[in-house]
Amino acid sequence: MTASPAAKRKPGKLTRRNTWIAYSFLAPNFLGFFCFTLIPVLFSVALAFLTWNGGSMSRITFAGFGNFATIFKNFNFAKTDLGITLRNTVYYTFFTVPLTIALALALALALNRAGRGAKALRAVFFFPYVSSIVAICMCWRFMMMKTGLINQALAVVGISVNASWTQDKNLAIWSIILVSMWRNAGYYMVMYLAGLQGVPAELYEAATMDGANGWQKFWKVTFPMLTPTTFFVSVMMVINCFKIYDMVAIMTEGGPGRATKMLVNYIYDMSFVSPKYGVASAVAMVLFAIVLTVTVIQFRAEKKWVNYM
Amino acid sequence: MSVQTVARRANGRAFGILGKAALYAALFLLACVTLIPFVWMLSSSLKLDQEVFRYPMRWIPETAHWGNYVEIWRKIPLGTYFQNTVAVAAAVTAMQILTSSFAAYAFAKMQFRGRDALFLCYIGTIAVPWQVYMLPQFIMMRNIGLYDTIWALVVLQSFSAFGVFLMRQFYLTIPNELCEAARIDGLSEYGIWARIVLPLAMPAVATLFIFTFVNTWNDYMGPLIYLTRDANKTIQVGLQRFIQSFTSDYHLIMAAALCSLIPVTILFLVMQRYFIEGIATTGLKG
Repeated sequence: MTASPAAKRKPGKLTRRNTWIAYSFLAPNFLGFFCFTLIPVLFSVALAFLTWNGGSMSRITFAGFGNFATIFKNFNFAKTDLGITLRNTVYYTFFTVPLTIALALALALALNRAGRGAKALRAVFFFPYVSSIVAICMCWRFMMMKTGLINQALAVVGISVNASWTQDKNLAIWSIILVSMWRNAGYYMVMYLAGLQGVPAELYEAATMDGANGWQKFWKVTFPMLTPTTFFVSVMMVINCFKIYDMVAIMTEGGPGRATKMLVNYIYDMSFVSPKYGVASAVAMVLFAIVLTVTVIQFRAEKKWVNYM
Repeated sequence: MSVQTVARRANGRAFGILGKAALYAALFLLACVTLIPFVWMLSSSLKLDQEVFRYPMRWIPETAHWGNYVEIWRKIPLGTYFQNTVAVAAAVTAMQILTSSFAAYAFAKMQFRGRDALFLCYIGTIAVPWQVYMLPQFIMMRNIGLYDTIWALVVLQSFSAFGVFLMRQFYLTIPNELCEAARIDGLSEYGIWARIVLPLAMPAVATLFIFTFVNTWNDYMGPLIYLTRDANKTIQVGLQRFIQSFTSDYHLIMAAALCSLIPVTILFLVMQRYFIEGIATTGLKG
């Protein structure tokens, strides 16, 4: 324990003084945190029940559940704004998470086996993650143009794509999925590398003695032992996928039509383009509810897994 | 490391010289795919605009137009953008490190009433996506007159709960006996923080430094919401403006984009250990 024994026995002046010292340590950060994070978080909940179009504060009226009624009205995955943005976000998440996990795991397994040069390669794979989204998304957008590098390369292997990826109804969302795989795989690879360090070598020795081949070792030893990592990584990735905005804004601007509009695009539009603050916050609550659900599931499951690790 | 070596030896028989060669070939191919966009960016930035999409594409331009890198500074106020970005990133990073390392001391090394509840509050807000409360923050900033100033970004990003969490986790690994001994020797709590805990926590400070700096440098949505006048823009939204006003100057856009990557690339090359190991140990979001 951290308090000095004397302070524990006599909960008098000393404890009180200690408390004030502790508060003085916290104050600089807490004041900023309180004003600029905590209050806005609470404010966002309140805002979802108000009607306010960005004008003067005197125009604010109480809306009750009106904003939620608005966004859920005639709810339809193909027509309403909430329906379409939800569908797009779920579609993007559904494909991005497993594909990125497969890539990240493959990279980690390969790097774990490579001896010389592994550190340099690790840095290479990680590098896209630190490079600015604006710069790389512009680059990918150009490379995915009709006569760009990607279509030229595909033509070499006999696949002809006669469209700009980011402007095609069906390809646009895949351009985002592919670029986000390329950008994030290295980040999750690092987590898998850490996970692989925790797999005891004896298990492999035992498997070898039992005559297991490489494939069997992966499915019977490595993969099960990595379950906690995989779980943690997928939860984080799902949450991050639901927060996607930058990539879409730069590569497709939500288009063509509304084909790549995501949940956060919807919040952004309602907040800053054609302000309906109440509606924006109601959509934000939907996003929050989704993320919270995923987080709670993670929290519960993590407790269960502590015993195994 | 030794665990890994043993594991590798155990796998040795099934995994001969041929396997090793195939492994390196695959890794090399993947590394190339990873780096191709950057090479393409460099190659395009040295071409003329009509050359960028010529078929078949040439990796090495017939003549390298280094002049492109001069022209971009004339077309957009790139210097101003860089200055603003450096200012925001430096201020945010300094404030983060200072306030987080300070507050984390109370959470990790002191006892006081309400500690656990308060810490839970911090952790709780990490779980709330920023996009949920960006609008209330915006309304607040507008009302206190910070809209369209870089101060809005500095004020909003300087006090993250994540920094406190990261520092606290590291402080917990520093033995309490060290602090106790210092207390007996008559050092004040501030003294213990400054002379014992903080110097031992330098790896965590380095991790927090590079995390925060890179994130602030690359931040797009914050500046997009807050900065409208050209004189106030950071490099990320500046690039966005560039692409909007000179849509088909692909070669110049790529030159500017490449310039925007340079500072972070240098930082990454120098400090990548802290970056990568920071992620592996804390396992947390950027």
